[in-house]
Amino acid sequence: MRKIASILILPAVLLAAQSAYANNPLAGRYLAANCANCHGTNGQSVGGMESLAGYDRGRFVQTMKAFQSGERPATLMHQIAKGYTDEQINLMADFFAVQKKAR
Amino acid sequence: MATKFNKSRRGIVKAGAGAAVVAGAVGLTGCAATGPSVGSGGKKLGRVVVIGGGYGGATAAKYISMWSEGAIEVTMIEREREFISCPISNLVIGGSVKINEITRSYNNLEGRGVKVVQDEVTLIDPAKQTVTTRKGQTLQYDRLVVSPGIDFQFEKINGLNAEAQKVVLHSWKAGAQTIALRAQLEAMPDGGTYILSIPKAPYRCPPGPYERVCQVASYFKQSKPRSKVLVLDGNPDIQSKKGLFTKAWNDLYPGIITYTPNMVVSEVDVKNKTLVTEVGDRVRGDVLNVVPEQKAGNLASAVGLVNVNNRWCGVDWVTLESTVHKNIHVLGDATASAPAMPKSGHMANQHGKAAAAAIVEIMNGRQPMALTMANTCYSFVDPQNVVHVASVHSFDPGQKTMVAVKGAGGLSTAANEVEGKYALAWARNIWADMLT
Repeated sequence: MRKIASILILPAVLLAAQSAYANNPLAGRYLAANCANCHGTNGQSVGGMESLAGYDRGRFVQTMKAFQSGERPATLMHQIAKGYTDEQINLMADFFAVQKKAR
Repeated sequence: MATKFNKSRRGIVKAGAGAAVVAGAVGLTGCAATGPSVGSGGKKLGRVVVIGGGYGGATAAKYISMWSEGAIEVTMIEREREFISCPISNLVIGGSVKINEITRSYNNLEGRGVKVVQDEVTLIDPAKQTVTTRKGQTLQYDRLVVSPGIDFQFEKINGLNAEAQKVVLHSWKAGAQTIALRAQLEAMPDGGTYILSIPKAPYRCPPGPYERVCQVASYFKQSKPRSKVLVLDGNPDIQSKKGLFTKAWNDLYPGIITYTPNMVVSEVDVKNKTLVTEVGDRVRGDVLNVVPEQKAGNLASAVGLVNVNNRWCGVDWVTLESTVHKNIHVLGDATASAPAMPKSGHMANQHGKAAAAAIVEIMNGRQPMALTMANTCYSFVDPQNVVHVASVHSFDPGQKTMVAVKGAGGLSTAANEVEGKYALAWARNIWADMLT
């Protein structure tokens, strides 16, 4: 499982070096705020939706990829996930991985 | 709670006078380079005033305070005492949800460092960078966030004067009118007719009118089965989730709903309980629910922020800064929407975060970056089953606007209870995201 995740991450990290987000270490926090409407501020859900805070980095990336490919069925996340680039998904994953889990 | 609120408000008045000069100085010298310059009540990166505590404004206020870690002083001015949500309010009209369940306090924003002031802004001076309120306060700002929502163009409908507006409700802002429309439906005898007049797009919440039709029909089916719903749509067709709504109307409410497109209501005859269309059709009903055409909230036009079609506020889609006035950011339904971007609460929340990110970056002396926004609108077709529409929007540097990401977004395949649960969880989470 870990292997798959790192294969997915690698090209995106290389890409990030030339991207618009490369110069801003806070890009992940801003992009991750896209998710907070449903999944809670900083990924700390208040209930009824999965908390993303403290989510394993590799698992987050893999889950988003599975939504994109349709491998993982969903009500709407398969539609939302397709709106984000690998780089954006990686930055979100970095951010959520270091957030405190919801109480 | 009231004591705590009053105490903090006195604090703001006092700080306001002292901080004005300090905040102005910070704005001139540039905040990051000169380092902290803290005055009495002033924060080191300056002051932001947010007008409006809806989905856009409250989100911006919270996120500016949170992301600046308190280095930016944030004051939010809202005229209502509590937040009442437009999303889910159609369920109050349908009778399956009570108004208190969609009402939330503003008090928890104080815990995020936001000063909440219950008052109404009467004047904005973009040159002096001040706002003045009805209660007579004047506050200085370095950056201003204006999230005024919408106001109605009542003047486009003959007879819909202040007196008529007491009887012919829009219920397109949640609160007193939501409760009043519910009361009208409850008072209506079985066998009566409810008419919903839908304005020409663009209006707040594209799927909202069609959800309301479902909710009223659901109530009639259960409690007043001989009653009818007439839909007079000012548009040539159903504006959102057409297939899903049509299926719900046919499957769940056969014989109850009559939908007619291209019916622009131009006159209200209150005495005869009749709506008149621009081509002279006269339609009589027992409960008349007219949603007039809309424009950016009146405050926006008063300060000259309205520059698109005489109705909406043009903004830069990286910073949400007004294309008219520097240092003023406009959010939510009041903006001239980017292509394919709906006027929704979810979208306004995303505007609030994009503006907050830009403001925090700018006030730290850094360059704001183009971001992505997502939208999700859930609609209840009865008290439990829900359909959604979702989209993702990203900034296109060539077109200098937000565009819908190709291949992303979409609709529910069919109404379902799982999304009914998600819709209520969405509400709890977005209310917490903006207010706690």
